[in-house]
Amino acid sequence: MNAGARRLKRDAMPLDTVFDPERFVSTLASRAHGGLIGLRYVDHGADWAELAIDYRAELIGDEAAGVLASGPILALMDMATSIAIWIRQQRFRAQATLDLRIDYLRPATPGRAVIGRGECYRVTRSVAFVRGQAHDGDPDDPIAHVAGTYMFTDLP
Amino acid sequence: MKLPPYADLLGLSVVAEEAGIPLLHMPFAAGVMGRPGFLHGGAIGGLLEMAALAALHAAFEDADRPRIKPVTVTVDYMRGGREAETFAIGTIARLGNRVANLEARAWQEDRTKPIATARMNVLLRRD
Repeated sequence: MNAGARRLKRDAMPLDTVFDPERFVSTLASRAHGGLIGLRYVDHGADWAELAIDYRAELIGDEAAGVLASGPILALMDMATSIAIWIRQQRFRAQATLDLRIDYLRPATPGRAVIGRGECYRVTRSVAFVRGQAHDGDPDDPIAHVAGTYMFTDLP
Repeated sequence: MKLPPYADLLGLSVVAEEAGIPLLHMPFAAGVMGRPGFLHGGAIGGLLEMAALAALHAAFEDADRPRIKPVTVTVDYMRGGREAETFAIGTIARLGNRVANLEARAWQEDRTKPIATARMNVLLRRD
């Protein structure tokens, strides 16, 4: 087996049929770092996914204000936009984040869950383009906006 | 400096200072992993943000440190983070009265091969 084939085998997840975002989050994405921040599934459509994290003291970045750190919101949006790509492609693919920009529009309100919606709006042979927003109750009053790109790593 | 609860959750600690700037360390643990064998991009981004903010924090005396509000963060992922400890350090590209432009880089075994870098622009509030 060459290095590429070994990499493919290692990256393979038990999701080679049509991608099921709810199952993916409950079985895989809610473990490891997703488990640490308490990632959970909310909803999805043809090219988007909504995930959430609940407010917890361990996730605070600004102790004086009680505001969530930006890291968990970055992780939430990274996962929501990744899943949006797999939904749009109707299958799981090995991919790596190329870049992700997040604009913090306002601080998250202490005590509230953060809901992140990721959308995949374009896929080329080797790159997926994503965008998304996070809110803490009112989608029309978002707390963050993201834009990013992912590279597929399963190409020859 | 005292790191916030989120930094504790990632297991971050300040292991050294370089020209007065804290060098952060993130141990390898299941909680910072993403897909099997690789660090989660969110954990790497969180580490980079903390490193950038720590560099800014160190630039002020406690008495005249402004409140810091993150506005934008852009993370460039260069190499997959492996199952190993990760280091990160920030730099201040420009420190103004109202805005600071920060940078940070993260690496594992080889400092000359960063796994990710970040640029971060923050507002400074002097109440």
